[in-house]
Amino acid sequence: MIELWSNLPPLLQMAVKGFAVIAVMFPIGGACSLVERKISAWMQGRPGPNRAMPFWFAWVPVLGPFLQRLGVFHLMADGGKMFLKEDSLPGHVNKFYFLLAPVVAMIPALTTVTVVPFGAYLTDAGRLAPLVLANLDVGILAVFAVSSLGVYSLILAGWASNSKYPFLGGVRASAQLISYELSMTLSVLPVFLWVNAPGGSGTLSLFDVVQAQSGPWLSWSGAWFIFYMPVSAIVFLVSLFAETNRLPFDMAEGEADLVGGFHTEYGSMKWGLFFVAEYSHMLVGSGVFVLLFLGGWNPLPWVPLADVAAWLHLAGQPVLLGLLSIAIFLGKTLFFIFVFMWVRWTVPRFRYDQVMKLGWQKLLPLAIGNLIFYAALIAIIQLNLGWPAYAGLAAGAAAALVVAFTFPRKSAAF
Amino acid sequence: MPYVVERKPLTLSERLYLPQILSGMRVTLKHLFARNVTMEYPEQRPAIPAGYRGVPTLVKDPHGREKCVSCQLCEFVCPPKAIRITPGEIPADAPAAHVEKGPKEFEIDMLRCIYCGLCQEVCPEEAIFLQNQYSMTGYTREEMVNRKARLYELGGTLPDNHFKWDKKKEAAEHGGGH
Repeated sequence: MIELWSNLPPLLQMAVKGFAVIAVMFPIGGACSLVERKISAWMQGRPGPNRAMPFWFAWVPVLGPFLQRLGVFHLMADGGKMFLKEDSLPGHVNKFYFLLAPVVAMIPALTTVTVVPFGAYLTDAGRLAPLVLANLDVGILAVFAVSSLGVYSLILAGWASNSKYPFLGGVRASAQLISYELSMTLSVLPVFLWVNAPGGSGTLSLFDVVQAQSGPWLSWSGAWFIFYMPVSAIVFLVSLFAETNRLPFDMAEGEADLVGGFHTEYGSMKWGLFFVAEYSHMLVGSGVFVLLFLGGWNPLPWVPLADVAAWLHLAGQPVLLGLLSIAIFLGKTLFFIFVFMWVRWTVPRFRYDQVMKLGWQKLLPLAIGNLIFYAALIAIIQLNLGWPAYAGLAAGAAAALVVAFTFPRKSAAF
Repeated sequence: MPYVVERKPLTLSERLYLPQILSGMRVTLKHLFARNVTMEYPEQRPAIPAGYRGVPTLVKDPHGREKCVSCQLCEFVCPPKAIRITPGEIPADAPAAHVEKGPKEFEIDMLRCIYCGLCQEVCPEEAIFLQNQYSMTGYTREEMVNRKARLYELGGTLPDNHFKWDKKKEAAEHGGGH
């Protein structure tokens, strides 16, 4: 089996791998819409969608009613509706860009996944190798570069709709993305400062970030980055919410003030593609968060995947180990998808000026301060400056926090 | 009297915002596992409280006599003019011949009815009641007009404390007067 696989031409291999990943990701993106409906219903004390069922499935004894209660068939009903309903094209739109926008939404959403490793296996040499479509050295840069292209689809959709409210939605989306992209990038820099120890070859690969969190029991390198870079993790997570246009940051689609948002003029599957793209973005974003701060495919802190493989005697079976690692990684990622939904149905939408204030006045200084703190800390560790330097750093950080929180602010509101 | 609401400055945890979001998330998580509060309607039906004002219906007394005497008070009091009554004579050989009149036709247009219950309140014969029926549907306007037969079908028989007309008849047979 494995010989057969490795004898295939590399181009075919890549195509198969790519399709396999898309075949997993696209349904998850679609299923998320159902999960979102279900979770929102449960949080609001409703049963949620529970009616749709193909008539022949009603004969299956226990499973049929159970899946019906779970609303699984609503997924197909929703999808079918999206495909079958009239695909209207309003007369006043700029047709070329109007049709292009949903496509542009999907491309970055599905492209970023190429550089995100989603699992690992042990090679014959006993070394951990990533399961990834393209293990680029510039990993995180590629993710940032491509994923921020996603906002072009919103701008394009808003502009091509040739209508006021979609346009406002597009403008808001672009301003918001620019504001939060900065904090997001700055918040992951400490992680890569930490990973790139002097002497080694520099890397921005996400696989190496996970490797840096795969140390043995109770060692420094075994702890996940969220434990010693909590501020980075929080800033990254908040920016991720803003980047993926999720509540409380979904400025681009305020029903109350923008009718619908950038997608007001869209219908049927063109509309659906925007949301599959949004969910794919969430999936990739959560995946990157898990890789950067939550140890990727390591099941528990200080319990790396390689140890688990040794306990379960999976070292000689790359396929099984790969599936196990994918399951662990996907489990963590799906948990974060759940967190996205959980937050969405908890907090109300920000006002637009609040979004801008939070981005520029709170998160950006926090991210910069965080970067300076870790840069200084890493310098102190590397230069062996001893405890006076640590005390000085702690005092500096404390002073900065005190100043930040007692500085008189002009407006009392938020 | 107008008064000024005191706006307290935000506390530190409110200004940090995240603790507040976390406490909100704790609330929603609790609700995620809490029992549903909705009723799944066609399968589960709500318990109708006493005194519920549903669809107006006509009722019969325990002897099976239609109680309405077509005095038309309900028709006059009905605010949206949903009731239309055609009064008629009761044939002399009918068991209820001692009753003054009966409705020949009785229509309540449920597209107009506002379920106010004034017809029930005004009826001197306790013949019209707003009962538990709450779901009225139809495909045409014609279907939404409840005619006499349908009104009695919906209303059924209710207990009667007075048997007014029987007493009147008995009194008349025993020499008149009340």
